[in-house]
Formats: sequence, C-alpha cells, structure tokens
Amino acid sequence: MARMLLTALLSFALTSGARAVQPPTPAQEGFIPLSELPPGEQLPAAPFLVGSYAFFLVLMMFYLWTIWRRISKVETEMKALERRAGVPPR
Amino acid sequence: MYRLFAPLAVVAAAMFAYAPIAIANVRYESTMLLVQKIFYFHFPTWMVVFAAVGVCGVASLVYLFRASAKADRLAAASAELIVIFGAFGLVSGSFWARKAWNVWWDWNARLTTAAVVELVFLAYLLLRKYGGPGSEKLAAGMGIFGAATAPFLYKSVDWWRTLHPTTSVVSTLPGDMWMVALFCTGAFLVLFAMLLAARVRLEDLRANLDRLYLAAED
Repeated sequence: MARMLLTALLSFALTSGARAVQPPTPAQEGFIPLSELPPGEQLPAAPFLVGSYAFFLVLMMFYLWTIWRRISKVETEMKALERRAGVPPR
Repeated sequence: MYRLFAPLAVVAAAMFAYAPIAIANVRYESTMLLVQKIFYFHFPTWMVVFAAVGVCGVASLVYLFRASAKADRLAAASAELIVIFGAFGLVSGSFWARKAWNVWWDWNARLTTAAVVELVFLAYLLLRKYGGPGSEKLAAGMGIFGAATAPFLYKSVDWWRTLHPTTSVVSTLPGDMWMVALFCTGAFLVLFAMLLAARVRLEDLRANLDRLYLAAED
C-alpha cells in the first residue's frame, strides 16, 4: 500500500513540471450566440415544446379524474348515510 | 354553477382541439424560433392564475366580512386551481428557460415571486386540510394576503432587472401572434371556469355531507 502511494506521489511530482509548461487553454473572447454553437452542443427545441404541452394534457386529465373520484366518494358516503338514517333515496 | 360544467366542457374541448392547429400555423418568433411557441400555453396559464387569485381574494374577503359559506367554498376551489395552473406555469417556464436561457431555473424576481405565490396557496390548501375547526377563517386571511402578492408577481419584471421579458412584450406582438395568444387565453379561461364549476360542486357536496353527519348526530 505504501509503495503504491509512493509511486503515485512520485509520478505526480515528475509529471507536474511537464503539465506546467503546457500552454493554457485560451480564454473565450466574447459571447458566443447559442445559434453559433456546433450542432452537437445545441439543444433541440421540439422536445421542450412537446414535453410542455404533453405535461399540460396529462396534468389536466389527472386533475379532472381526481375531482370526479372525490365527487363519487362523497356521493357514495352521502347515500350510505341517508340509508342509515332511513331517508328515502333521491 | 355546476349546470355550466357540460357546456363549458364542450367549448373547452373544441377550443383545445383547435389550439394546436392555430399554434402550429402561426409564424415563428425570430430569435427563439420553435421554442417560443410554449408562450401560447405559458402566458394563458398565468392569466388563469391571476384570475383564480382574484376570485380567491374577493371570495375570501366576502367570507370574512359577510360570513358567506358559499364564498368560502368558492375561495377553496379557486385556491386549488391556482396551485394546479401555477405548477404548470412553473414547469412550462422551466422548459422554455432550459432552451432559451440554458438553465432550468433562475432566481430572478419573476420566477421567485411566482414560486412564492405557488407556495402561499399550497400552504392555504394544507391549512384547510389539516388546520382543524376554524381554519376557514385563517385560510381566508391567507387567501387575501396571497392575492396581495399577485401585483408583485405581475410587475416584478418591470420593477427589477430579470432575464424574463417585461409585461410590455405581449402588447408588441404582431397581429397574428396576438390573435393566437388571445384565442389560447380564451380557451384557458373557459377551462378554468369549467374546472371551477366542478370543484365548487365538490365543496357543495362536502358541505351537504357535513350537514347530514350533524343531523345524524342530533
């Protein structure tokens, strides 16, 4: 274990000089518009548009279903209560 | 109010069936192109949120000062719709931001105030559900304060510097884009009225059930 650590430290120390003399990556000079990015780095718009509309439809369907389910539950409970109280069904 | 549910559902279905065709045919915005078309669902969503906040605020005021149980039920119904439409507004905005700004979220004034309004009305719903007896009055106070945050949400883009476009952008839309935005806003408002009618019906039934339980106990 100690030998491995020593080897790692030595290799780091020996290569650090070589890394130091490498030219640094040039800094970006100015703003690059998104449209000028290479195609591989550009985000496609369609998945966001379709995803947004699909999320809306799913959300509305789900919400309508939850309202319908809650109304059915309350109506069932009301009918059961009326039966117990001897109220004739409406 | 529930009698309006069926006709509103038919109108909403017809409008939402036509909306994608209108959106597909309207021309592209020159800088954002396709992703800008999220606008035709994003903008109407927030118009519905503002309408629902108004309904909740006024109904809460009426409940507090006139003790109208009907107004309380209307406020509860509209608060739930604020949370539902607000959630979609935040998600659709996030999708748009990811493409246009290259981030899912930015803590600028508009987005932060929108999140605050969403959280206030989420807290309103939690208070009504778990607050126990008497929570209706506390919730009404919260509804009024929630409504008071709406002007800050609306004007945030004009008062503070944000990435989000200012309120004047909508009025500068060319005629055809404006017409589609108006049509979609109409469709969303009809959908809001339809959902509100159904949700108020649920609150009315719950009130009837409570009355039945009280009558059974006597």
